[in-house]
Amino acid sequence: MSTMLEVTDLGHRYGDHTAIDRLSFTVAAGELVCIVGPSGCGKSTLLRTLSGLVASTTGHVALHGDEVRGVPDDLAVVFQDYSRSLFPWLTVQRNVEFPLKRKVSRAERRARAAEALEWVGLSGAGAKYPWQLSGGMQQRVAIARALAYRPALLLMDEPFASVDAQTRFELEDLLLRVRREHDTTILLVTHDIDESVYLGDRVLVLSKSPATIVANLKVDLPAERDQITTRESDTFVALRAETARLLHGGGTVRPRVQADPEGVAARFLAAERAEQAAQASKRHAAQN
Amino acid sequence: MRAAFRGLVGVAVLLLLWELLSNSDLVPPGYIPPPTVIGATLVRLLLDGVFVYDVIASVLAWAIALGVAIAVAVPLGLVLGSVPAVRRATRTVVELMRPIPSVAMIPLAILLFGGGPEAKIVLAVYASVWPILFNTIYALDELDEQLVDTARAFGTSKPRIMATVALPSAAPFVMTGIRTAAAIALIVVVSTELLAGATLGLGQFILTASSGGGRMDLVFAGTVVAGLIGYLVNAGLEWVQRRFFAWGARTGETV
Repeated sequence: MSTMLEVTDLGHRYGDHTAIDRLSFTVAAGELVCIVGPSGCGKSTLLRTLSGLVASTTGHVALHGDEVRGVPDDLAVVFQDYSRSLFPWLTVQRNVEFPLKRKVSRAERRARAAEALEWVGLSGAGAKYPWQLSGGMQQRVAIARALAYRPALLLMDEPFASVDAQTRFELEDLLLRVRREHDTTILLVTHDIDESVYLGDRVLVLSKSPATIVANLKVDLPAERDQITTRESDTFVALRAETARLLHGGGTVRPRVQADPEGVAARFLAAERAEQAAQASKRHAAQN
Repeated sequence: MRAAFRGLVGVAVLLLLWELLSNSDLVPPGYIPPPTVIGATLVRLLLDGVFVYDVIASVLAWAIALGVAIAVAVPLGLVLGSVPAVRRATRTVVELMRPIPSVAMIPLAILLFGGGPEAKIVLAVYASVWPILFNTIYALDELDEQLVDTARAFGTSKPRIMATVALPSAAPFVMTGIRTAAAIALIVVVSTELLAGATLGLGQFILTASSGGGRMDLVFAGTVVAGLIGYLVNAGLEWVQRRFFAWGARTGETV
């Protein structure tokens, strides 16, 4: 797998306050990486830096190998607050078309928007206005808009934090389905540990402010995930516990989980998890 | 429907009380003609062409003034609202100019533009620019940063964000400013005609009717027409606002 996003020594400070401190990580093409961190740790700053909305004070960001300056061309963002990111004066269809203006022809714009709305199950809603839809549907429109743009990288900032639990599960599964069907590379920021493990191929755990990467956990769950069986699997439970420990331990993390996926400790952990997964799947098979 | 019916009942009661007052001994005869007389006069006036020209002259001056005011105030408001340096630099001038009553500038306007319709149009523009300007600036202050971030993250350029995000987002506020400005422009047009004299116009009609013979029925007929125009203009703009800017009131609401 080729590297889609490469972040090196990225830092950002506002005056004396260091929001993020020398972060380095990569996201491979087609991968879904979740960044989980305590509230106020600088997750949003990280995302704003990556999307080019604010300039970083140190470090580099490269998208498919090209050094990023300013706002990258093929990057889309889905924000937490859908009610403030959809344009209320535009219909759903036009909202989805918005980023394609001046980039592709009118006919293609229409076609792509209609297609993306179909992906998120909103085919019939194109003529409606965002405020005529429920919160979950509005966030699906925002996701459709990002997908229609066909970004090299999709950044999501707490995308499901403003909807109720049921809708949240639906949206999580919808996200997993569309990224599988369309091979989208996603970097998703969340403060929800369960969500990060459920969605991610990998989870990056951030420390309290200034944010540094405490751990880089590979999620050894099958690609097909299910809100009930995945969440009760041993692998999921173990990963969730591990993430929670890392998160609450903050800076004082035991060395075995230091951010070094190639290290001995990490390999040991991976082996341990693989075994757990094997056992879990055996149990699963036995049950069926 | 119910509200409209109640409104009509209110008007009917007012007209009835007015009719009774006019026919009583409380006011000298002829000072306040009864609505029936004014109504008859009004019908006669509208059938006779000259009065219609007066109405057209005032409405035309009003429409031109409002159009110019919008064309001046909206772009200016966008600049002042989005470039803080320009806004700071012009604040004192704006705050000094705004409170000047436009009727106080009638002599200056006549000197500069003569007795034709230009003077009243310029004065009406002057008076009606402010609500549109301030509402536009205020709307830009209220512009949601996240809407701008959304557009920026998709690589939208600054001028395009101005046109496709800031302007539509400000539109409901601007529309409210335009409604206020429309009322002010009408007042200024008619007052200027009345105070400065004009060759044509509602104000001029009222002035002529009141001088000399003191035909109060004509004065009231002219006044009622001015009121009706104001009412219709406001009702029309309200409709536009409901029809095209309904989302302005509903942002953030979910069904």
